[in-house]
Amino acid sequence: MSEPIIVCQDVHKWYGHFHALRGVSMEVQKGEVIVIFGPSGSGKSTFIRTINRLEEHQQGTIVVDGIELSHDVRNIAAIRREVGMVFQQFNLFPHLTVMQNITLGPIQVRKWDKKKAEQIAMELLTRVGIPEQAQKYPGQLSGGQQQRVAIARALAMQPKIMLFDEPTSALDPEMIKEVLDVMTELAKSGMTILAVTHEMGFARAVADRMVFFDAGNIIESGPPQQIFSNPQEERTKLFLSQILSH
Amino acid sequence: MTTTSSEQHAVPFWRDERYLQVLAQILVVAIIAGTLYYLANNLVTALAAQNIPIGFDFLRLTAGFDIGESSIAYSRASTNAQALLVGVLNTLRVSFLGIIFSTILGAIVGVARLSNNWLVNKLAGIYVEILRNIPLLVFLIFLYSAAFVKLPRITEALELPGPIYLTNRGFFVPWAEPGDGWSTYRWVLWVGLLVAIVVAWVLRRQGQRTGRMPLILLWAPLAFVVVALLGWFIVPGQPLVSSIPVLEGRNFTGGNGLTPEFMAVLLGLVVYTSAFIAEVVRAGIQAVSKGQREAATALGLSGFQTLRLVILPQAQRVIIPPLTSQYLNLTKNSSLAVAAGYPDVYAIGRTIQNQSGRSIEIIALMMIVYLAFSLGTSLFMNWYNKRIRLVER
Repeated sequence: MSEPIIVCQDVHKWYGHFHALRGVSMEVQKGEVIVIFGPSGSGKSTFIRTINRLEEHQQGTIVVDGIELSHDVRNIAAIRREVGMVFQQFNLFPHLTVMQNITLGPIQVRKWDKKKAEQIAMELLTRVGIPEQAQKYPGQLSGGQQQRVAIARALAMQPKIMLFDEPTSALDPEMIKEVLDVMTELAKSGMTILAVTHEMGFARAVADRMVFFDAGNIIESGPPQQIFSNPQEERTKLFLSQILSH
Repeated sequence: MTTTSSEQHAVPFWRDERYLQVLAQILVVAIIAGTLYYLANNLVTALAAQNIPIGFDFLRLTAGFDIGESSIAYSRASTNAQALLVGVLNTLRVSFLGIIFSTILGAIVGVARLSNNWLVNKLAGIYVEILRNIPLLVFLIFLYSAAFVKLPRITEALELPGPIYLTNRGFFVPWAEPGDGWSTYRWVLWVGLLVAIVVAWVLRRQGQRTGRMPLILLWAPLAFVVVALLGWFIVPGQPLVSSIPVLEGRNFTGGNGLTPEFMAVLLGLVVYTSAFIAEVVRAGIQAVSKGQREAATALGLSGFQTLRLVILPQAQRVIIPPLTSQYLNLTKNSSLAVAAGYPDVYAIGRTIQNQSGRSIEIIALMMIVYLAFSLGTSLFMNWYNKRIRLVER
């Protein structure tokens, strides 16, 4: 078995007195697709945000691609280059065109030539199905199109790991599919993915492993078949019955 | 089709909103026109009854009074028009410098208020809360009568390194005067300006090609400085001679003097307005959503890159409109200069009014002057605001 690309051991995080992460330990193999789910406030978003240090963990260790996350700013910068992130609210830069949104990171951080960056951006836009929108501004696109641009923007940095933080929660129902299609294609291409999502169809179809979070810790994890048909924990059963019942 | 149109015709016009909207507008125009006519008529009849004609001939008369400071040639033998022009230029000078310095100071304090450093954060907060809660007039009178004119007399001037002399008659600072090499050196400065423009142009081109815009505002002025320094050693003779203030009898000669009136007004306007600008800047930066900073951070942009490429371009759209209001306020507040004895257009206008009795003409002229300044500022800022507007659906 190859070396895991992410290793988390006993990760703790407090917001003031609130204990958000209570000793989370997890290993992720290269190319693995992991779906994280659980009730709101259970720490699942906080957890994936510690992986690129949008949130600082206060105890435990996180090693990403062989680099330990610490207060060393050079390590933090190195990890952020290798980890792409897609947000619930898209967070596209409204003052830049779609093309500029996608090439900003490669040009400024990777120091690529503008031509090369734009060429790769066009390839990515074609891959997410909206090459004709390159010169538009985010405000001129639909939510689904914006989220696909956001995925292209993260991919343009050529990351080794992609984090998705509830990527479809802010979308209208008919736009969810177009984003999930892109994510499915990405998962099948061998990208390492950690996705916080409640799209159980997506989880069933592409996840290698599902991880159930509650009250700041991992309650249960396993392949989708096991989680859906034979969950071990009462809490998991209850939660699944609630979200699958409608 | 026929039924709808017949229904519409059936509505009496006093219930038809299309008629009502037009009617309301006609009414408003009629009220305004009527009021203006009443006021104008009142003015004309009152003036006619007292046998006072309206006219601007008095502007050509000799002013007959001295003005403390002037940026153009002026003596008491000059005309009223020239006196008024001195006032206009003095107002322009203090407003223009005030806008520049209050913007710089306000931006620094505004960013400091968002600092994670506890001390910096609290100091900026105290600065803003104290200064924006003291009336400007009180503050100006305090600065002038309790600070600047309480400095030592000219014979006992406070000497700072430089030498800079602080006295109750103003600050005297070393200044540069053209030397024997100036006529040649002047051309060097023009060349330097040209080089700076070329550098800016080349950098801009390069920035557009690579997508990484260099800090043009840093490099272009640097190029100018380099040329100016090179020229200094190459050009024969002394391009500039330093002129140092020296006490001769009861006054300083040489150097350059800044009057306590000007200093008090400028400092008062800058410090007071900067407190408001700081709040505008802070609000602008905070109006950019947290997600924008997170997205930039997740891409691996550094803190400075995030501020320059993501936060500030968005913050400025929120900052510009209220910033324009602050510039207009500063320009109009400069009329409080009269409290510190600074000869701005209002102070000089009042003097002319007292001497000539031409209240209406003088007030009209002053209103036109301030209106012109303010509209000019507004036009420029609106043009800039439009240029950086966000594209939306």
